[in-house]
Amino acid sequence: MTAITKHRKISNWKRSSNARTALLYLLPSIILFTVFVFYPMFRTIYLSFFLTDQEGEAAIFVGLENYAYLLESDAFLNSIKATFLFVLYTVPTGIIIALILALLANEKLKGIGFFRTIYASTMGVSVAASSVVWLFLFHPSVGMFNKFLNIFNLPQIEWLLDPTWALFSVSLSTIWLNTGFSFLIILGGLQNIDEYLYESARIDGASYWYRLKRITIPMLSPTLFFIITISLINAFQTFGQIDILTKGGPSQSTNLIVYSIYREAFINYQFGTASAQAVFLFICILIVTILQFKLGEKKVHYQ
Amino acid sequence: MRAWKKVILYFLLIVTSLIMFFPIIYAFMISFMTGGEILSGKLLPSTFSFDNYVKVFDRLPLFNYLINSFVVSLGVMLGQLVVCSLAAYAFVFISFKGRDFIFFLFISTMMIPWEATMIPNFFTIQKLDWINTYQGMTLPFFALAFGTFLLRQHFKTIPKELHEASEIAGLSKFGFFFRVVLPVSKTSLVTLGAYGFLTTWNMYLWPLLVTTNNSVRTVQIGLKQLQSQEVATEWGVVMAGVIVVIIPTLLLLFLGQKQLQKGLTQGALK
Repeated sequence: MTAITKHRKISNWKRSSNARTALLYLLPSIILFTVFVFYPMFRTIYLSFFLTDQEGEAAIFVGLENYAYLLESDAFLNSIKATFLFVLYTVPTGIIIALILALLANEKLKGIGFFRTIYASTMGVSVAASSVVWLFLFHPSVGMFNKFLNIFNLPQIEWLLDPTWALFSVSLSTIWLNTGFSFLIILGGLQNIDEYLYESARIDGASYWYRLKRITIPMLSPTLFFIITISLINAFQTFGQIDILTKGGPSQSTNLIVYSIYREAFINYQFGTASAQAVFLFICILIVTILQFKLGEKKVHYQ
Repeated sequence: MRAWKKVILYFLLIVTSLIMFFPIIYAFMISFMTGGEILSGKLLPSTFSFDNYVKVFDRLPLFNYLINSFVVSLGVMLGQLVVCSLAAYAFVFISFKGRDFIFFLFISTMMIPWEATMIPNFFTIQKLDWINTYQGMTLPFFALAFGTFLLRQHFKTIPKELHEASEIAGLSKFGFFFRVVLPVSKTSLVTLGAYGFLTTWNMYLWPLLVTTNNSVRTVQIGLKQLQSQEVATEWGVVMAGVIVVIIPTLLLLFLGQKQLQKGLTQGALK
């Protein structure tokens, strides 16, 4: 009896010692997550119920009024619309382009490594650098695009100054910028597919398109699903392109949600309504992530 | 593979590469052109003179910005490696009560977009008096759930027998971590390091918020300054700035592309 309790005591001691050691290793992460992720998230939700002063301190409790104000504000509704349009323009196109490039780069040819490097290269380009380059390409008089239109005697386009074109132009530069990363992920997924699947299909005389439809795409579905989620989240978080290319204009047509939060908080000093917008952004991304977990388990073919 | 199929593939590869790489090549060419050449819409400069490069270092404290970017990127990279590898070690090699809960806590940080928390974070940095400091630009990014999971994936492949053997050999937990786990996980550490350096070098919004003078500004903010100073006039100088800024990350990508691809797909999917 005493031996058993003694033994239990030791194992209890040992177990709690394990917990203490583990805590020591986890402490840096836990502290940093608490200070820079969890606390500010709760603080953002809290601030969204208040009017704030210049130092960002809660001043007057207003309940849901910030939210009510946003839902009635044309500027915010417009920003939501622009954000969703932007997601629609950039995510599907970007992934299809990256998929095509990855399929091309997955062929076993001499010098394929060179092409892979070129396709992946935009991953090494920062949003600021890319935006500055595209600002030049879109330039009304010296820019490449209008010079090109000129050759064919087509009317010139004010790429970034025309409200009907600005969001499209920003999307174009974003698709280009994100292709490198999506390409790299999809290529990784392609290379993980077992070679023997193709070999047996080839023996059966299956065509390229049949193999693509029946083997490649189903086996690639976890990767595609992952990159769709990441691309959606990235699109919701877009900021740098807007700040450099359009500043949210013309007539707010490119005022995407993060840019709108930034302006509301750090230019207008309206931290309450800015926080309410941030909560909205949080909910959007939460929905995307939850959908990924729910749908991902069901629809996607895992190895 | 039949010859005509090869020809078509190479044709497609070359055309798509040209389109993808065009903006970078074009920026490179512009960076050597004079104002007149740019206006006339040439694709190639008549001479490769470095005038624009000299000018851009004149206009901006670009050299300081480069040093700042290196310090900040290396700082975040090292910080992430230390913090993430410690956490990953605890998840793999120590069994303790509440592990699932803490693991869930890590996962939940991935659902919180950084932009949704930037307002309170800005005030935290301000209250700590860390505006215009390196620690203000680096410390918030040390803990990273993605990095922890990436390393955890690799640590899990280390045989448990190795752990037991090292315990019998009298190695402490930290000794095992430092002398065994880290050395055999070199590839994952390199992948995470490259990823951390790359993303930090390219960071834009946070440096914009927490720097108010040139002392710790990074190259990305330098580009914004350059572009707003020089609009419509000296595009050659602006593009010289762009090339200087993207060369370090392009080099890193060219060297580490295979590693990065492997590591990112592993961390993402398993």
